[in-house]
Amino acid sequence: MTLAAHDVSAGYRGRRVLDGVSLAVAPGETVALRGPSGSGKSTLVRVLALLHSPDAGHVSLDGARIDGVRHRVPAATRTRIAVLFQSPRAASDPRLSLADLIAEPLRATGHPRDLTAARVAELADRVGLTPDLLGRRPHAVSDGQLQRACLARALVHRPRFLLCDEATTMLDASTQAHVAAVITEEQREHGAGVLLVSHDDALVRRWADREVTLPA
Amino acid sequence: MSALLRVTNLGVRFRLRDAVVQAVTDLDLTVRRGELLAVVGESGCGKSVLAHALLGLLPANATVTGYAHLGTVDLLGCGEKRLAREVRGRQIGLVPQSPATALTPVRTGRSLLAETLRAYGRDPGKAGELAADAGLPAADLDRYPFQLSGGMAQRLVTALALAGDPPLLIADEPTTGLDRPLVDHTLDLLRRRCDNGSAVLLITHDLAAAERVADTVAVMYASRIVEHRPAAQVFGRPGHPYTAALLDALPGRAFRPIPGHPPMLTALPSGCAFAARCPRVSEVCGSQPAGDVACHHPIAVPEVVS
Repeated sequence: MTLAAHDVSAGYRGRRVLDGVSLAVAPGETVALRGPSGSGKSTLVRVLALLHSPDAGHVSLDGARIDGVRHRVPAATRTRIAVLFQSPRAASDPRLSLADLIAEPLRATGHPRDLTAARVAELADRVGLTPDLLGRRPHAVSDGQLQRACLARALVHRPRFLLCDEATTMLDASTQAHVAAVITEEQREHGAGVLLVSHDDALVRRWADREVTLPA
Repeated sequence: MSALLRVTNLGVRFRLRDAVVQAVTDLDLTVRRGELLAVVGESGCGKSVLAHALLGLLPANATVTGYAHLGTVDLLGCGEKRLAREVRGRQIGLVPQSPATALTPVRTGRSLLAETLRAYGRDPGKAGELAADAGLPAADLDRYPFQLSGGMAQRLVTALALAGDPPLLIADEPTTGLDRPLVDHTLDLLRRRCDNGSAVLLITHDLAAAERVADTVAVMYASRIVEHRPAAQVFGRPGHPYTAALLDALPGRAFRPIPGHPPMLTALPSGCAFAARCPRVSEVCGSQPAGDVACHHPIAVPEVVS
């Protein structure tokens, strides 16, 4: 199974950001997406995550073309592609407890209720969230703790592809290493492919199997 | 060189409904003219609270104890009026942590910068020059904050903090959201200020940034400074097991996370707060260590900070 962008052009209100970009991520591999500020890295992530419609070109999953934005594609397709954003605070509903943040994607797809709590507990443990933190809401935890919750949420459906958009940039070294270790383990166990947007040369050298650079 | 900022025995506590958060404990530090001190540590260890305490920007439920002097000004005792009129912006500049929330959405960058320059009795026409120093092209000055990317907003708040040409600049995560060339540009800007005789207190979780520009490094863990030494020593021969573990987590080194979790600031142990995660722990760690390397079992015998 491969996640791919085919000759994608995309932008905002007529401002072209991506111009005919193609990229494929295979299972189990980690691809670093690089390029200067404004070169369209985040836009390409949004296109691959089905959050932004390209003006031309398309996205495919396992060879099958996907049309339309995220909420219009079948759940079975969209749950295979997860995203971890740079700012967990901007990505989290402030009304939900961390446990509910992690569980929400399961509830949205009709996951058996009696299994949900166990899955949340398993993931919380894996990302290093202690049970006392799970009852708190985003304002009462640190950025690092909230990003751990966002990682658990991203992994809750066991996605085939995880798109990390500067997801560890704001984290301290130890939390970054832990987040990377959790994702690497997920890749090893379930063969998830990872797209890594990062400015950090050392991180890319350490983690990525190969690099794709977008032109300025 | 003479001490510009002298902080002694600083403590900050926040009263919550059902708990007390001990955000800063027994903190001593000195920043000299021309010195770039980097305060590093995990998120939530108290770094930003330190900055806000020095500027009198803490919320009403905070209790501050100890002493902090900038030159002859008693920062904790001089009162809000004097802080507002003489200190903030003029004596101590602050690059705030989240630029997006620090900017007035209804004013352009140029208008904000010009107003700030006027308030400090400087030429508002210098706005373009200041922005360029911070790496923001003059054309972007005529945009409103919501039209700026995170990195542009970051450069704008840096320019605003420099508008008063303050002798001390506190930069709280000033490189967040910038790509590598702009990170380097910002760090070089801070370094140049120090080389010209100003002082900078750089608060950052980015150890590579600290290593690149800092003269001295203070490593904070669970509300205390656990190691405070020249940068080359901290990065080359860390003395505190926490510093060593944090450096080992870097992708360029072992890329190994520190096992366990930092303690909650609402329930700090009476002894060394790192003991529960420390490979060198022993019985004496139940008491609070002190010194430039605050550890009962330091890794290397540290040289004395002169």
